Amino acid sequence: MSDFKTRLQDWQAKADKAASRFPERSEQFRTSAETIEVKRLYTQDDLSGDYLEKLGFPGEYPYTRGVQPTMYRSRFWTMRQYSGFGSAEETNLRFKYLLENGQTGLSTAFDLPTQIGYDSDDLMAKGEVGKVGVAIASLKDMETLLSGIELDKVSTSMTINAPASVLLAMYIAVAEKQGVSADKISGTIQNDILKEYVARGTYIYPPEASMRLITDIFGYCAEHVPNWNTISISGYHIREAGSTAVQEVAFTLSNAIAYVDAAVKSGLDVDRFAPRLSFFFNAHNNFLEEIAKFRAARRIWSRIMKERFGARDPKSWQLRFHTQTGGSTLTAQQPDNNIVRVTLQALAAVLGGTQSLHTNSKDEALALPTEESARIALRTQQIIAYESGVADTVDPLAGSYYIESLTDEVERQALEYIAKIDEMGGAVKAIEQGYMQREIQNAAYHAQMSIEDASSVVVGVNKFRIENEPKPELQKINPELERIQNERLAELRKTRDNDAVEAALTALRQAAKGSDNLMPFIIESVKAYATLGEICNVMRDVFGEYQPAQW
Amino acid sequence: MSETKIRVLVAKPGLDGHDRGALVVAKALRDAGMEVIYTGLRQTPQQIVASAIQEDVDVIGLSSLSGAHMHLFPEVVRLLQEQGADDVLVIGGGVIPDEDIPALRSAGIAEVFTPGTPLSAMSEYIYAHVKERG
Repeated sequence: MSDFKTRLQDWQAKADKAASRFPERSEQFRTSAETIEVKRLYTQDDLSGDYLEKLGFPGEYPYTRGVQPTMYRSRFWTMRQYSGFGSAEETNLRFKYLLENGQTGLSTAFDLPTQIGYDSDDLMAKGEVGKVGVAIASLKDMETLLSGIELDKVSTSMTINAPASVLLAMYIAVAEKQGVSADKISGTIQNDILKEYVARGTYIYPPEASMRLITDIFGYCAEHVPNWNTISISGYHIREAGSTAVQEVAFTLSNAIAYVDAAVKSGLDVDRFAPRLSFFFNAHNNFLEEIAKFRAARRIWSRIMKERFGARDPKSWQLRFHTQTGGSTLTAQQPDNNIVRVTLQALAAVLGGTQSLHTNSKDEALALPTEESARIALRTQQIIAYESGVADTVDPLAGSYYIESLTDEVERQALEYIAKIDEMGGAVKAIEQGYMQREIQNAAYHAQMSIEDASSVVVGVNKFRIENEPKPELQKINPELERIQNERLAELRKTRDNDAVEAALTALRQAAKGSDNLMPFIIESVKAYATLGEICNVMRDVFGEYQPAQW
Repeated sequence: MSETKIRVLVAKPGLDGHDRGALVVAKALRDAGMEVIYTGLRQTPQQIVASAIQEDVDVIGLSSLSGAHMHLFPEVVRLLQEQGADDVLVIGGGVIPDEDIPALRSAGIAEVFTPGTPLSAMSEYIYAHVKERG
């Protein structure tokens, strides 16, 4: 036996003896994935494989160490705070405030009616207008939202899925009015319908029609909007719904495989659209597991793209991702503590090599953030970037015995899930059968039970509580907004050229029944000032609506 | 207490898609010995009340994290009263600011459970407050 092995065994015996006198805090330590056990110590014995094959250099296959050669030494990640509430005017002011404070990209939150394709005067929209984001019913609202913001200078992310093509069409139309052509704009639409069925809930149409809309966007943008990220394949909401870190990676990449499959089947060349695919992950509290998760996700995806789909363009192999810190980890109790949670999570995202980052505000377990708490959240990123030094070398934790071993383990377990979903016939089938949903719900229930029995400690909630906490100042949404928004809509419907609207919507209906790319028809409808609800209702008529399986 | 199990309708009014909490609560109440029906997402108050009457439930648990609770929760109570089913206990939960709770109470929402509430507190509350079934 090597000297090292002997010494390691001696040490194990010594440590066991110490633990028998002073018991460890737990008999077994685990990460958020119950299936990963954390050992007392990691050494060179826990590393396996060849450096070049498993890690490579930054900017090189398999991208474990990052997608760019210099990472944050050239440019920090994009600091992109998700915001939007109330009316287009109010959100426009918040956007300008954030840009003035050093934010480097926009990220738009839409209200639920907009996300589900209802105008604010629809019966289904009652009570929801402007609540979780900005209400956008027509090109008019979009013009207000983006007024005074130069669309060739800023990149804009839009959290929109089922009606993604409509909002992208509006963005293209506003840019055009500013004199900026579609090939000059950049940004991202979330456009990830599969995770809506699984975890987020803003679906409209059944899977087949939804997948067609998505592929139409891939095709249209490859041609006309080359700098647009056509999809942001999201593990964020899967994790928020209660999944483990391993499930987050596995289900997200399984969904991604389904999108690539659909696009390839529709006749698109993989290297034509794959470079514009982007990802969106969560950053939760288990700091080192999160870092390993991001590194594992990059390695898995590059191999899938190269080996499974035969992509040849290195850009198709790169998993570029946005990160948001974990909303479900925030506590309503002692909200200032959330600033610390967010700091740890944001640091994990940076050490994991994220391309852009949203840091949550401390008050988000209570309401939408106030201007002050949104500023602290942004400052948190700026402190990590400018003061901590972690951005000065690439992938600083590589080679850590634990990080590398954990990266391998997350990868191994995620690949098992992906293989299982492949066997079920892919992500769409697995979702239709409720497989991903059940796995997530079980993990969520398990997590909650461990808080109930205090085997998981949540500071300020099941331990270290204080009674009679002071109440923080919360952001309020104007209760008159729904009425104001409805009056505006009525005015728009009166003053626009309704014959042009009718003609555009009729053309869209015909196209939806056939197989043409729908993007040009949606752009025409938007430019005629057809409303979001009218456009989505035409497609509801043709495609039908998704009905989830019963619980 | 009679032998019949308490029947609970866990409902998601409005357009909010956050159902992690609703699903965890549904499962916990089931484990606590109740019969639980979950409506699924995107239910109008009308649909919720119709399901409650059809399923003859003792309790409706409403969950909303989108800020629409001030409109949607009272509407459910109003429709129950209108349809003569006001013996149903209505409780709510989600991201609900403390300052909204008094108004919800006076609108007939018996109790509001905010983030951090132990699951056992909800089942205990239901056992203590559901009227004996005749």
